Amino acid sequence: MTCVTRILLDVLKPHHPSCLELARAIAAIGEDYRVRLTVNEMDEKTETIQIEVSGQAVDFDAVQAAIKAMGGALHSIDAVDVRGSSAGQAQGGAGGSGT
Amino acid sequence: MKPLQLPVFLLRITRSQGILRRYFVVNGFDGALTMLGLITGFLVSGSTELGVVINVCLGAAIALAVSGVSSAYVSETAERLRALKQLEAAMITDLQDSAHGKAVRWVPVLIALVNGSAPLVISLLILTPLWLADAGLVLPLAPLLNAIVVALMLVFLLGVYLGRVAGISWLRSGVRTLALALLTTGLIYLLADS
Repeated sequence: MTCVTRILLDVLKPHHPSCLELARAIAAIGEDYRVRLTVNEMDEKTETIQIEVSGQAVDFDAVQAAIKAMGGALHSIDAVDVRGSSAGQAQGGAGGSGT
Repeated sequence: MKPLQLPVFLLRITRSQGILRRYFVVNGFDGALTMLGLITGFLVSGSTELGVVINVCLGAAIALAVSGVSSAYVSETAERLRALKQLEAAMITDLQDSAHGKAVRWVPVLIALVNGSAPLVISLLILTPLWLADAGLVLPLAPLLNAIVVALMLVFLLGVYLGRVAGISWLRSGVRTLALALLTTGLIYLLADS
């Protein structure tokens, strides 16, 4: 049994809903979720953002569904932290796992 | 998301609150001036049975409501679809299942309801004195004059609302719309053949 404790996502989203609304929608999925959202690039209709979600057990599918529901498109998983239940904590940094 | 939060959210992401306000005022003003024109016309024409006046005005109010709902729905659906396609092209992804896809289906309905209900509600308010008089209630003025007073008050209130939206003097804005309504009444008195 493993638990994802942190994921770093590269996402393209429209200007609306705002970053605040998207971050709130993701944070609402889990009680202990912490969401850090950084805007990397702004275009005429879209913005490229980096979303970092951390928690005791991050539900990636739910996070992805929330991003899609808010009009965002997940481009890649840039980093993940996964904890193994028996081995204590195992960390992994995955660069550019395209979806 | 709570049921009442969804329409507000969809209006916000499509930035349609301004359109909604504009439609409410434009069609509300249409309804008020149409009723004012009809009632003034009946007043100028001399004695007309109250039931006839009510039926004619009600017919016009229903027509305005249906016209408002259908025209706004058709035009807003086209506009929303266009905006969604542009956004999908920029995102290079399908947004049908997202909030933007939902907005294409629901925002035109909301706008159409506001566009249709604004003239209907305002017209029904203006017709209230006529119904009350028809039911046998004694009014301070003649029924048609009472309805005209209600119409002028509602037009003034629409002006006040516009003033608050624009952040300018509500009194000045209210007086301006009231002046337009009085001008309409004056023109009917001048041009109608009594």
